[in-house]
Amino acid sequence: MTDVIHGHASSTGISNVKLGMWAFLGSECLLFGGLISTYMLYRGRVTGGPRPSQIFDIPFTSVSSFVLLMSSLTMVLAVSAAHKDDDRKINLWLTVTALLGATFVGGQVYEFTAFYKEGLGFSTSLFGSSFYTLTGFHGVHVTVGIIMLMSLVGILKRSSVPGKKAEVVEMIGLYWHFVDIVWIIIFTLVYLIPV
Amino acid sequence: MAIIERPAPTLPAIVTPTTTYGVLKRPVSATGWRSWVFTVDHKKLGIMYGATAMFFFIVGGVEALLIRLQLAAPNGKVLNADLYNQMFTMHATTMVFLFVMPMAAGFANYFVPLQIGARDVAFPRLNAFGFWAFLFGGIFLNMAWFLGGAADGGWFMYAPNSGPVFSPTNGVDFWALGLQITGIASLTGAINLIITVLNMRAPGMSLMRMPIFTWMITVVQFLLLFAVPVITVALFLLSFQRNFGAQFFDVAAGADPLLWQHLFWIFGHPEVYILILPSFGIVSEVLPVFSRKPLFGYPFVVFSGAAIGFVGWGVWAHHMFASGLGPVSVAVFSLTTMAIAVPTGVKIINWTLTMWGGKLWFTTAMKFAIGLIVLFTVGGLSGVTHAVAPSDTQQTDTYYIVAHFHYVLFGGAVLGIFSGFYYWWPKVFGKMLNEKLGSWNFWLMVIGLNLTFGPMHILGLQGQPRRMYQWTEARAGEGFFNFAFWNLVASIGSFILAVGILLFLINVVITARNPQKAPLDPWNARSLEWMTTNPPKEHNFDVIPTVHHLDDFFHQKYEEDATTHIMTQVRTAEEIMAEQERNAEKHIHMPSPSYWPIVLAFGLPVITFGLIYSHLISVIGGVIVLFAAYGWALESSTAPDSDFENNSPGSGLDKVTANHD
Amino acid sequence: MTTNTADTTHEKQHGMSDAGYIRIAIILAAITGLEVSTYYVDFGVLFLPALLIMMVIKFVMVVSYFMHLKFDNKMFSFLFYAGLVLAVGVYAAFLATFKFFIQ
Repeated sequence: MTDVIHGHASSTGISNVKLGMWAFLGSECLLFGGLISTYMLYRGRVTGGPRPSQIFDIPFTSVSSFVLLMSSLTMVLAVSAAHKDDDRKINLWLTVTALLGATFVGGQVYEFTAFYKEGLGFSTSLFGSSFYTLTGFHGVHVTVGIIMLMSLVGILKRSSVPGKKAEVVEMIGLYWHFVDIVWIIIFTLVYLIPV
Repeated sequence: MAIIERPAPTLPAIVTPTTTYGVLKRPVSATGWRSWVFTVDHKKLGIMYGATAMFFFIVGGVEALLIRLQLAAPNGKVLNADLYNQMFTMHATTMVFLFVMPMAAGFANYFVPLQIGARDVAFPRLNAFGFWAFLFGGIFLNMAWFLGGAADGGWFMYAPNSGPVFSPTNGVDFWALGLQITGIASLTGAINLIITVLNMRAPGMSLMRMPIFTWMITVVQFLLLFAVPVITVALFLLSFQRNFGAQFFDVAAGADPLLWQHLFWIFGHPEVYILILPSFGIVSEVLPVFSRKPLFGYPFVVFSGAAIGFVGWGVWAHHMFASGLGPVSVAVFSLTTMAIAVPTGVKIINWTLTMWGGKLWFTTAMKFAIGLIVLFTVGGLSGVTHAVAPSDTQQTDTYYIVAHFHYVLFGGAVLGIFSGFYYWWPKVFGKMLNEKLGSWNFWLMVIGLNLTFGPMHILGLQGQPRRMYQWTEARAGEGFFNFAFWNLVASIGSFILAVGILLFLINVVITARNPQKAPLDPWNARSLEWMTTNPPKEHNFDVIPTVHHLDDFFHQKYEEDATTHIMTQVRTAEEIMAEQERNAEKHIHMPSPSYWPIVLAFGLPVITFGLIYSHLISVIGGVIVLFAAYGWALESSTAPDSDFENNSPGSGLDKVTANHD
Repeated sequence: MTTNTADTTHEKQHGMSDAGYIRIAIILAAITGLEVSTYYVDFGVLFLPALLIMMVIKFVMVVSYFMHLKFDNKMFSFLFYAGLVLAVGVYAAFLATFKFFIQ
């Protein structure tokens, strides 16, 4: 017998990592669900400070939402390039995705600063606490995604990643798209539907 | 018994660190403490989970005994009010999060891969990380004792009572952040076991051929997967409130105090099934083996377990009947709560009918299993009285509730765990626990728990509230319903219970010193985990079994006569093992040990410690986590084939691609 | 042993071209434009249902096409939608107990 047998091979042919990632995203639905529900419950409870309609800048947020949405397109192009094993395009699209993500986070930082100047602090009202918690959690998720994207670009340049390259890109892609769909919901429920 | 020809054992898969990714070379020790600390072997991790959980069981038990000492007589002086609050809070937290859950995780880690015919779990390093995160989280939770006082808000930590006004020490902060860490451990463990069950089953092991224990563990992992994030949200809100001035539970700012209660119990009710279902799985393995019959109505037991898991999401507000939910909510949750008794009842009936007409063999494991059926039913019946909202309103926050959940948790979950100890000890450690001592162990525990928790029904209905640190002679009442008498009985019972558990520990020591090895198949068991050596080899199975039946190991030993339907033994376990060893697969490459899981897990309490004391420490923790994450990502799960010493150069290396996780 | 089947089944699962992705992105952008227009144009009674429907369409499109769930193994869909459906159900009930929907 010359075959080497690996002790933790999958029996169905489906990738363990991919199944694990989907299970994790299923779990994340409950996390963001809880944060969104808390916001929905508290968005109208303003005892001091500005109300949502007084500070939301819909044109500005629309643009940053659009940027994040388009980063999903560049991400999927990176995954597509990874399946074709086109290293140049993988690098290109991963970098563009990270840049678009950074633009979004930058927009969020700007937005938070503007809101703070207009009198909405973290402990100003229930609206403030729940708004910053929800959008902050999302922002942290985007930031983690950017770190992963940039790390992957760096690692791919220097050496190889353990495991299949296409799969690693795809996993980060799934995470990235998930962060995007969470924002699709936040954009509608938090920004577009008034209290 | 046939004389068995044993071929040369499969060479162990030793890894040398020739290939290095990142900074550190791979750990290589196959013996000594390093072989445990850096292991990714699901069996070693299972034992580590079990040992750590047992330690916390003793810690939580001592806390319980202190509570009972305080309440044994009127005007108890053992603890002051403040310390008493910390004691019952940490007793519950320890028993739920640091004993029953990780003990179940230990059983699951050890036996799920064996029961489905796999060599390891889907994510071995994640598995190790889960254990270390649990251990460090548990230590972090208990550090508060020495740093100004432990959490004191009760295990469900109702806000706004858990705010800085009523809990000024850092106890609640340690509690909230510690549970975040153990939550991460549970979540990674859940993902790992779900993928293992979905994706790593041996050929022929269809879902409806899986042993019930594996099934129940799978349901539990789904509950964890979806329930843990809910408590994560609640704990974040609490931490933000206490540390960063958020207003989530500030009623003056318009907050709704029910927000915490809802979030906690949306997690908390699935949590009670997370605690009990593993034990249901264990007794569903034990009862058929010692009744010499297959489990009665296997599909019903599977589907009732899944139904409990599903309906368990729709009953949470029955913990809140006294909080003014409004009549519609109360009626709805009252009905769903009564409904969930149905699948639980299905299980009780199936176990009873499994024993019906069987050749019962009253081993200690069997006694504990029967103990579970009886005592869980008692707890279940008092549970149904809580489903009736008007009755529950009277019982809320009395000792009646304490009686109820100790019957289901101790009489249910803990007896199931002990049944598992006696049943699987020979499998894990290769030696049989002493049955005579086991019998004493069982009877003392059963008598002790009935004496402790039985009187609490009476105390509760008489109106003794939970969490009250003293009761006074003047209000103790008269005659049969006298507080003094029943409190004393409960306290004496708790010490009988403690002696029972002490006997178990003595049994463990005696067994460890006993040189006698356990037979290969001591119970004439039915499922695949018994189709390996005791204890199993590192790679579990010499040949990955191909499964043809439910209870496949039993069907390999026994064949049914076509006309009489009598099962006759055709092969012994020893013969099956010998055949496996003859056909042993060679060059099995198991996942390799790694430093990163423990390093990554260690970063978490450093971060949380810093959140309480100094954000600079958090930054250090963050750097540790980031460093370990890079190391982890750059290292493949199984070392490259060229790293294995026993490979002749170039032997088939190009043929197989590993599934790196 | 079936160690390397993962490689063979993997490639078949991706049923879209780059042009297809760009088409999806254009549709998503158009819907987003429509969403934002509700801020400027009065949709009357249709306002809330229209916004929610557009949100769901965008969500499902990203999940189905960009995340490949439409083309992938059903087990992935099960894991994700189990969490999603549970989250929607549980939190809707949670908000209902606060009389959120009958203000």
